[in-house]
Amino acid sequence: GAGGGNDIQWCFSQVKGAVDDDVAEADIISTVEFNHSGELLATGDKGGRVVIFQQEQENKTQSHSRGEYNVYSTFQSHEPEFDYLKSLEIEEKINKIRWLPQKNAAQFLLSTNDKTIKLWKISERDKRPEGYNLKEEDGRYRDPTTVTTLRVPVFRPMDLMVEASPRRIFANAHTYHINSISINSDYETYLSADDLRINLWHLEITDRSFNIVDIKPANMEELTEVITAAEFHPNSCNTFVYSSSKGTIRLCDMRASALCDRHSKLFEEPEDPSNRSFFSEIISSISDVKFSHSGRYMMTRDYLSVKIWDLNMENRPVETYQVHEYLRSKLCSLYENDCIFDKFECCWNGSDIVMTGSYNNFFRMFDRNTKRDITLEASRENNKPRTVLKPRKVCASGKRKKDEISVDSLDFNKKILHTAWHPKENIIAVATTNNLYIFQDKMN
Amino acid sequence: MFVRGLKRKCFDGEEDIEGTLAGIKAIPSYNLQRQSLLDMSLVKLQLCHMLVEPNLCRSVLIANTVRQIQEEMTQDGTWQMINTQSTGQTSLDRLVSTDILCRSSREQAEGKQVPGYSSFSKDFEDDQTQDSSETMSTSSSVQTPRNLQSNVWEMENPQESRGNFQKSLDQIFETLENKNPNSVEDLFSEVDNSYYDLDTMLTGMMSNTKMGHCDGLETFSSPTTATSNSNCKSDLNELDHIVEILVES
Repeated sequence: GAGGGNDIQWCFSQVKGAVDDDVAEADIISTVEFNHSGELLATGDKGGRVVIFQQEQENKTQSHSRGEYNVYSTFQSHEPEFDYLKSLEIEEKINKIRWLPQKNAAQFLLSTNDKTIKLWKISERDKRPEGYNLKEEDGRYRDPTTVTTLRVPVFRPMDLMVEASPRRIFANAHTYHINSISINSDYETYLSADDLRINLWHLEITDRSFNIVDIKPANMEELTEVITAAEFHPNSCNTFVYSSSKGTIRLCDMRASALCDRHSKLFEEPEDPSNRSFFSEIISSISDVKFSHSGRYMMTRDYLSVKIWDLNMENRPVETYQVHEYLRSKLCSLYENDCIFDKFECCWNGSDIVMTGSYNNFFRMFDRNTKRDITLEASRENNKPRTVLKPRKVCASGKRKKDEISVDSLDFNKKILHTAWHPKENIIAVATTNNLYIFQDKMN
Repeated sequence: MFVRGLKRKCFDGEEDIEGTLAGIKAIPSYNLQRQSLLDMSLVKLQLCHMLVEPNLCRSVLIANTVRQIQEEMTQDGTWQMINTQSTGQTSLDRLVSTDILCRSSREQAEGKQVPGYSSFSKDFEDDQTQDSSETMSTSSSVQTPRNLQSNVWEMENPQESRGNFQKSLDQIFETLENKNPNSVEDLFSEVDNSYYDLDTMLTGMMSNTKMGHCDGLETFSSPTTATSNSNCKSDLNELDHIVEILVES
């Protein structure tokens, strides 16, 4: 049968989140991201909270499974705000989380909502000083005149406490809604992109940022295209790309000019005239762009497909994978119920396998080498660890075979928009509306 | 042009019926479907103006779709025809239902001038009896969006009655921008921390400030209509001055 990626056999590992069918709005997961080592897995939700899971150290006696992910830290990253000038609410929903590479004992991540980016420091505390001269154990100050002897405070062990503290707040630089943040390979700067502009920040400096892309027309009535995603090249610290609602990707070099309003490269595939409809532009809108780990390729996700681009070839992608082509005939309904505007993300396993989500809690993987693909489902019904997930199939038309699901039975409220792949191992995190699933490959 | 509607294939879930008229059940004409899409899009755009800032990407995509339809209708000549009709106002019920997932069909048309278009749902069967008065229904549903629009706009621009469609679209974009005049936009295009810090300070300090200071601050923080650069700047200067006093107290 079809297998994704050297016939990886995916097994259920864990699921996090409420079992309730009644989903609380604040619990809706809005972003998922592994850190650079894969030891930590962060999720952001609509309520502005960040939850970080930590992988247990591998248990030597249980060599058939990797460590489980358990809650490491939970904190409120963003609060709802009110913009008085526009009389509008600013949502606290976390749009993106990006980890910084680890430099010392503490971990750092950037989290952003629509308007404000924050740098969080997550640090462990497992000892505390005791035996102060001027302070009691409960913190009250002693009267210095009562001190008769002096002692040196010592560190004593305590229960592990994980603290998250905001170290920098990067605010007031975006008029429109931030859709992307990306840390540069110099690990000193990062970019933030909203619908019309991209800004460059230094991680240490919060009171100013440089505008590097601005596509806002002088007359807003002429607006026909917005920025949908942006990312720095993984190796080349002066290069970044941004995608648009018209299905184009622009690669920019910051050395060329201060304001990168002229792209170095423009990636665009000519439209297929036989598939043209009133919905052509909407489904061509790119919802996510990701470089491969090597930086040689980039992947884009539009409504129906995933495309792999070679940075050296601008006029068409080198590969196109159909995620759910059976939806093409349903575009009108999907436009009516707004599903056509769903923004699916995508992710790489190195440079070989790509993964993206779909509806009915299905997610798809495409192996670039074997050209095989697989559809899996994130569901509590497949709850047994180390049981291989059964591939799913959607029946587009004609007679429905056993175990196939017809297009009309798909649940469009169950969408998998966010997925993440462990940077080193075959462990994936898949977010349904309010649950986080972790799958791993079967180890023999 | 109308031939297109008749030759449309009908998928009834089993097999393709190879291009025969016999396979056609009641399928709405292309024009009616297009009109319904236009109406739906306009409704979507108007529903954007809610409490939370509208999703700009979605609004732009819908607006582009509306423009596309309008361009095609102008080329067809149907747009002029609709504009000259004057019928009574109808309710939103005239929007043709597209609840059921639409069936697809491949365009068999030779001429590729006009983009192909997916058909709509079986619900249209019921509407077939009204086909004779199709022109009537088409034009009345056009009245609907225009009236909807004027309802929305009247709240904000009472003097202006926009009959021109293109202008209505422009107005939608103006409202999308929340009528932030360019001057104010320019003012805040550089990161002006002092203003926003003031804002957060105000919310925290409202209870502590004296009445005299509050008046000036409240009028500034309420949504402004179009102001000139100089007005804003002088307000800011005044504000800076007030803040100095607050901070020192």
